[in-house]
Amino acid sequence: MDEKNILEIRGLKSYFFTENGTVPAVDGVDIDVPKGKIIGLVGESGCGKSMTVRSIMGLLKYPGRIVDGSICFDGTELCGLRENELRKICGKDISMIFQEPMTSLNPVIKVGKQVKEALLAHDRSITHEEADRRVVEMFEKVGIPEARKRFDSYPHQLSGGLRQRVMIAMAMICRPKLLIADEPTTALDVTIEAQILRLMKDLRDETDMSVLLITHNLGVVAELCDYVYVMYAGKIVEQAETYELFDHTAHPYTKGLLDSIPRIGSNKDRLHTIPGVVPNLLYLPKGCAFCNRCEYADGICHEQADELREISPGHWVRCRKPIYGGEVSR
Amino acid sequence: MSSLKRSQDPKLDDELKLQIGERDGIRDKLRKMCRDNHLAALSAIVICLFIAMAILAPVIAPYGEAEQDLINRLQGPSAAHILGTDELGRDVFTRMLYGSRISIAIGILPSLISLIIGVIAGLTAGYFGGAVDYVIMRVADVMLSIPSLLLAMVVMYTLGSSTVNLFVALSMTGWSSVARVVRSQTLSIKQSEYIEAARSIGVGKWRIMIRHILPNCIPSLIVLFTLNVPSAILSESSLSFLGIGIKLPASSWGLIVNQGRQFLFTQPWLCMAPCVAIMIVVLAFNFLGDGLRDVMDPYMQR
Amino acid sequence: MNGPELNAAAEPEIILRAEHLYKNYDIGRKDRQVHAVSDVSLSIYKGETLALVGESGCGKSTLGRTLIHMLPASSGSVFYHDMDIAAMSEKEFRPYRRKMQMIFQDPYASLDPRMTVRDIIAEPLETYRICESREETTKRVLMLMDAVGIPGEFLNRYPHQFSGGQRQRIGIARAIALRPELIICDEPVSALDVSVQSQVLNLLKDIQQAFELTYLFIGHDLSVINFVADRVCVMFLGCICEVAKKDALYKKPLHPYSEFLLDAIPIADPHRRNRKRKVITGEIPSPVDLPKGCCFCTRCPYATDKCRNERPELKDMGDGRQVACHYPLT
Repeated sequence: MDEKNILEIRGLKSYFFTENGTVPAVDGVDIDVPKGKIIGLVGESGCGKSMTVRSIMGLLKYPGRIVDGSICFDGTELCGLRENELRKICGKDISMIFQEPMTSLNPVIKVGKQVKEALLAHDRSITHEEADRRVVEMFEKVGIPEARKRFDSYPHQLSGGLRQRVMIAMAMICRPKLLIADEPTTALDVTIEAQILRLMKDLRDETDMSVLLITHNLGVVAELCDYVYVMYAGKIVEQAETYELFDHTAHPYTKGLLDSIPRIGSNKDRLHTIPGVVPNLLYLPKGCAFCNRCEYADGICHEQADELREISPGHWVRCRKPIYGGEVSR
Repeated sequence: MSSLKRSQDPKLDDELKLQIGERDGIRDKLRKMCRDNHLAALSAIVICLFIAMAILAPVIAPYGEAEQDLINRLQGPSAAHILGTDELGRDVFTRMLYGSRISIAIGILPSLISLIIGVIAGLTAGYFGGAVDYVIMRVADVMLSIPSLLLAMVVMYTLGSSTVNLFVALSMTGWSSVARVVRSQTLSIKQSEYIEAARSIGVGKWRIMIRHILPNCIPSLIVLFTLNVPSAILSESSLSFLGIGIKLPASSWGLIVNQGRQFLFTQPWLCMAPCVAIMIVVLAFNFLGDGLRDVMDPYMQR
Repeated sequence: MNGPELNAAAEPEIILRAEHLYKNYDIGRKDRQVHAVSDVSLSIYKGETLALVGESGCGKSTLGRTLIHMLPASSGSVFYHDMDIAAMSEKEFRPYRRKMQMIFQDPYASLDPRMTVRDIIAEPLETYRICESREETTKRVLMLMDAVGIPGEFLNRYPHQFSGGQRQRIGIARAIALRPELIICDEPVSALDVSVQSQVLNLLKDIQQAFELTYLFIGHDLSVINFVADRVCVMFLGCICEVAKKDALYKKPLHPYSEFLLDAIPIADPHRRNRKRKVITGEIPSPVDLPKGCCFCTRCPYATDKCRNERPELKDMGDGRQVACHYPLT
């Protein structure tokens, strides 16, 4: 394992075994999360990005399971770890925030107490007074106004933005080395989203933790991430530094996604669309998974799947005919 | 797959389900139940067998329903009389077959009637709310607060015991619990966006209730019905056993038990056979009901 | 829309006009009410797309529903071609209902799971007995499916067999079945993926032209609104802050809240991540106790005593632009 990385995923395969066949929800994914960086994992719903993080956290449910691969966190192999050993790491060193904060908070316990419990569960040595103080401190840090008063609030008394802040406080209270954020701002308003994104950036700068950000919003990626993985149909199709990815987009799918975003300032009458729908993972095309929707696909694309290739330093793409940096000219 | 239902992100699961081709129709759920829950599937077969026996009673029965053979009275089980004969020399197996007609009919028909009454009451109460809701649900509460067997007994005493009155008595007791379930379902379905969509089109109230809300209640209605049947069968048996249910010469399982009571220690098969039959049918319905609930009710899933 | 170049031509026809519309909800006690919509006056011109923007809880959905009689108004009037529809009973309104339809946000919840696509799209036709026979209805349904891009062979499928984008298309087919004049689009794309979102947005535009529709487009994503809208109406806490033509608003917002909203949008371009942006602090105040003065005064950095004590009227700023602010930005 590379010393620079806090998390290294190698060849991860998580399949769902259903009556209709095997669904390769995550099919051979490699991801590196370097220390102190914000890494984006982008894709549309059903592309397997949420399954990837569930695999890391050991949250895959029947009939899904990890078939192959390794998930190495800070020198510890997480795959094959027993439930209680995994729980020790997840929660203390790896924390997670979810899309919908309401479902992740217990509605009948005061938020301060819930955050405190998260702290005490992983650190029995601190006293209750000390824990209270740390919670209030953390509430202030994540920008909850009147932190002391909010300690005694119930989740339903808080607005969506405040709840997400509480979730972040809960995730941050054990000073995790890695924060996994699964669509943290999707359920929030734009003004609150901007606040939360800024908060996550500030927290990263202060504490030097790493962040794995799962999102479908390329705007959020552009604002926040250092390095981006684009996922499609269970596989990584492109990975690059953020600037490189947006400046020299290589994979037709990434390009299609970027072009589909309505942009302020452009007065186009029609939006670019990617034709068709996300393929059924049960019946993937023989060749490239994107071939049926790709405007550049030719006969070989339909026949032969491509591997990830490095087209410039740190920029990998899974495409025979990349838009940028490919050998095949068009 | 059911475990996916309660995970974090319902939309993601919807996409996944689409991908793996899982379907949600009632027929698919039944198929799933038969595959995963063998006990429930077996119960369904047993119930079908009993119903077939009840319908075909005149064909299967080796003797006539009231055919007496006083020479061979109180015989033990033999080749001629599989379950022996009673004090008038009637074949117990034959009487059981004919008895099953009433017992099973009484299990199913009053449950069906109370289901219909309950659905109408629950839908109206849930959809209109306010005073309508208040009145209907308070009546239902009163019905629920009286022990159902006691209520049935009162009805039977006042109206006199006959098969028809037994139907009335048992129908009266079951509807309130159905109404409660339907009302709560109506309240939640009423909030959903597709009801609002129907209203925005201009679909009338009654049409919304019948075309949108009712079909979405059907899974729980099936479960409720299956679980109501055994309690109706038991009520009938109890009433007949107490002598205020079915009257001779008609027969029902409860009545056969009642008649066999006096020979309990000398000719136990007279009581045993109908008791075992009641037990099997009631258990089968309960197992089937549990199995159905597991696949139909989203809140009960693992 | 009263620009000088348009004044020469005929004044565009107003199809729906709200005057001093209020919508309050009782919450338990009589003296406490949620003011979801307060004192809203606006006009919708024939053939345009008017966007209602605001954060969740600002009353935009309530306003949309009140305008088309889905919710009874507390006071004020709504004129449809000079007929006051707000005061009508459900029965009196019925002939007008078919002129105003709605597209909903959640494609997973807005279709009855137990009805086939045919029955869903045919429902409005059957409700108003448009067609003579069942065959004719089915023929109309097939035409509608074709118009929204759902293959006719899916006629007898159930909603759960479709993806989110396809379901939203079915919802659109249902909304246009009665050939309405006005469609309220209540966040029709916010639950969809980027690539699907652009397909649906294009479809909405095509349908608008083909069926000569007027849209009231409710949304929170200003980049989407930039694509679909002709005019934009910004709402905050039940009040209108600013109404302007799209280009004017995006170029130079006059209300401080519009400016914050515009600044908060994440931009899919990493080179602009360090741009100067004003990030609003705080959350939306409770709609139960509205501030005495301007709705926005509690979050506004420019607020003065006048703002806190006196509610600003919606002032005409010329060129069809209206702002409710004592000190509009210059």
